[in-house]
Amino acid sequence: MTDTMLKTPEPSSTPDVYDNPVDEAIAALKKRYPDTVVDDSRENYSGVVVNANNIVEVAEALRDDLGFNYLSSVTGVDLIEDNKLEVVYHAYNIEKGGGAVVLHVQVDRDNPIVPSLVPIFPGADFQEREAWDMFGIRFDGHPDLRRILTWDEFHGHPLRKDWREPFYEADAKPFGSRWPGGSVHRAEEQNIYGKNVQYPSGWVPTGGEYEVETNMYEGVTISRDATPGLKTDKVIVNMGPQHPSTHGVFRMVVTLDGETIMGLRPVMGYLHRNHEKIGERNTFIQNIPYTDRLDYISSMSNNHGYVLAIEKLMGAEVTERAEWIRILMVELTRVVNHLWALGFLLNDLGAMQTPMLYFYIERELVLDFFEAAAGSRMMCNYMRFGGVAYDLPDDVRGQPIMQFLHDLIYDRIPKALEQGDGLMTGNEILRNRSIGVGYLSAEDAIAYSAAGPVLRASGVPYDVRRAEPYSYYEHLDFDVAVRYNGDIYDRFLIRMDEMRQSLRILEQVLPHLKATEGAPIIGSKPQYALRMPAGGEAYGRVENPKGELGYYVTAKRRSSNPERYHVRAPSFINLTALEKMTVGHKVADSVAILGSIDIVLGEVDR
Amino acid sequence: MTTSPIDPGAAPPNVPDELKDNVTITTLAKLLDPVYNWSRRNSMWPLGFGLACCAIEMICAASSRFDFARFGMEVFRATPRQADVMIISGTVTKKMVPTIVRLYNQMAEPHYVISMGACASGGGPFKEGYSVVDGIDKFLPVDVYIPGCPPTPQALLNGMIAMQEKIDQQSIANVAWYRKDDPTAEVVPTPVLGPDLVDIRQVDIIKAEAAKAKAETAVSD
Repeated sequence: MTDTMLKTPEPSSTPDVYDNPVDEAIAALKKRYPDTVVDDSRENYSGVVVNANNIVEVAEALRDDLGFNYLSSVTGVDLIEDNKLEVVYHAYNIEKGGGAVVLHVQVDRDNPIVPSLVPIFPGADFQEREAWDMFGIRFDGHPDLRRILTWDEFHGHPLRKDWREPFYEADAKPFGSRWPGGSVHRAEEQNIYGKNVQYPSGWVPTGGEYEVETNMYEGVTISRDATPGLKTDKVIVNMGPQHPSTHGVFRMVVTLDGETIMGLRPVMGYLHRNHEKIGERNTFIQNIPYTDRLDYISSMSNNHGYVLAIEKLMGAEVTERAEWIRILMVELTRVVNHLWALGFLLNDLGAMQTPMLYFYIERELVLDFFEAAAGSRMMCNYMRFGGVAYDLPDDVRGQPIMQFLHDLIYDRIPKALEQGDGLMTGNEILRNRSIGVGYLSAEDAIAYSAAGPVLRASGVPYDVRRAEPYSYYEHLDFDVAVRYNGDIYDRFLIRMDEMRQSLRILEQVLPHLKATEGAPIIGSKPQYALRMPAGGEAYGRVENPKGELGYYVTAKRRSSNPERYHVRAPSFINLTALEKMTVGHKVADSVAILGSIDIVLGEVDR
Repeated sequence: MTTSPIDPGAAPPNVPDELKDNVTITTLAKLLDPVYNWSRRNSMWPLGFGLACCAIEMICAASSRFDFARFGMEVFRATPRQADVMIISGTVTKKMVPTIVRLYNQMAEPHYVISMGACASGGGPFKEGYSVVDGIDKFLPVDVYIPGCPPTPQALLNGMIAMQEKIDQQSIANVAWYRKDDPTAEVVPTPVLGPDLVDIRQVDIIKAEAAKAKAETAVSD
């Protein structure tokens, strides 16, 4: 445990009694900074508006004095009607749990400068770079403010509301050209290049752009004689984006002294699929299948986070059976994800394919169940606002459904875990390569906004299912798995622990599924033409297998499209600490450390 | 089309009647083609190269339940120099496509491209996005398209079998990689990243458009 974590917030001098730490912190902030921290007056907005010049001291007070030491999400919002850009911060209290203190900072749209929070919360690093890339918000004092998801020469800041993509048709779906008229006119047919490209008016290729991404290496020093007495050079090794160990199209620029890593720069954006821009054009329900494709190994959990955010916004109730089905699906997804995460990690450590092939058998069982329930193995598109799309199937693989689930939960998965445990946990090679490697301390894990197994393997027992319970998790009996060494081995063990806890939850869910058979699985409200009854913002977060997955959604009253749709992706933010974990280790370890974070590029780049 | 080493249109030489059942008149190409194609179709080594969601189903197709290995495809190669087929398994983004084209160019002939899933074939659900290439066939010649989002492992296997059937139709007499003059054997120019993705083959159109825009602003001034 750390000093920061154990530090109790100073007792508030106000005589009021607050029933939760969020209200208490907000009251304390307003008292301390009466002129710069004011309530957000917009409809259904929580939190406070902070003057841009004071955000650093407010954040510092929040972290050091009020206990909100975990900056979970930083994102930009384009308020084009007020000619302003907004930065939204969500900070949590790691020790006490509960909701977020939401800070809004508004700046002029034409000259958006906000002081950087990286010195206070290093976890803001990539997220501020993303906000710069997407909105052009300049973070003053950021150590390395470069584009992160697009490339350096990219023209414009794509998430601004007045920025239009090459295949632009209209601001919001359904497009007038297609519905209700039924005639089809496609923007892509008008494009003279026959491709999804556009160039600024009058731009001529000069040939200079042919040398791309050389500036990646700027600022990386190459010094001779790095080791005294030995004539050596530091070398820069580029790993990726096509590399068998990077779990997809991820790139690391590694500075090496001999075999030792001196510095590491993650480069991402090779799978940037414009999730948020498309999401803001889509109607609310159209976004559900897109969330499947974020973390494509655990699509059910992604659905869950998104529908929670929208349900908060629209105030929908979820039927009882639907909640139990959701927990069943989400926990099975966690098991499937961790089985593969361990398979890939062992793959990176040299156990080529074998553990993956062992775990693959049980994964296929679960995927068959998903296919029977939702119609697709991976992209389930299963949850809806207020429930789920379909009831459980009658049978899977020729077995009655309850029988199948019972076998899976009581027999097949526990046996697979036993087998995996026996083969891997005590293995000498695994222990030698992973114990003490990739260490991340509890302070650093919190400071870098690490989430999920990475955070908990560093000794911080923080799990959204317990810290801010959603669905029926508060009625379920399970432990938050925690390990204290913060190395690869603990990140391996904690996934084993979490799968066992998931099985515990699943065992408790089964009787409820049996008891609620035939009950409605969704509310009666039609979903396809959802119009928000009230405007406002909502942040729905779930404990995804990778960590805290959050959806920040804002909408206007009576609108059928989100105004702002942001995904707080755990894989992306967990990568912020990658350099911290790898420096000082050998280059071969960087592969294993990356494997132990368990990233999925669909979620990193979105 | 070209002529085979032995002209198939030539009149058969005189064969005595009693030997007619035992003698087959054919061409060298026709004799060698089955051997070439049989060995080629049964040792298609894919490039170990996953782009997005489809890569997960590609791994499933290689695993025990579906098992690529039955078709001689299990050897995923990490280097393009040893690979025969490139499975474009996922969304191709503008930032990634220069790398993909470079990898394609590094693969030794004969090389094949399978476009797996909706994104690789035409942009898929992300087509409208600003940083997505609407189909890898804008840059690379694609041999087989597999629909689906993502295609199931069965669909990928079906696509691989279609690929094999396509290879069966090849003849060494006319395949591109044994010819000097065939334009399809040329290297695909690697696209570059400017303010947007620049296809080198389209530089002239871009320049013409820029000149047009300049003229228009001159008129409006």
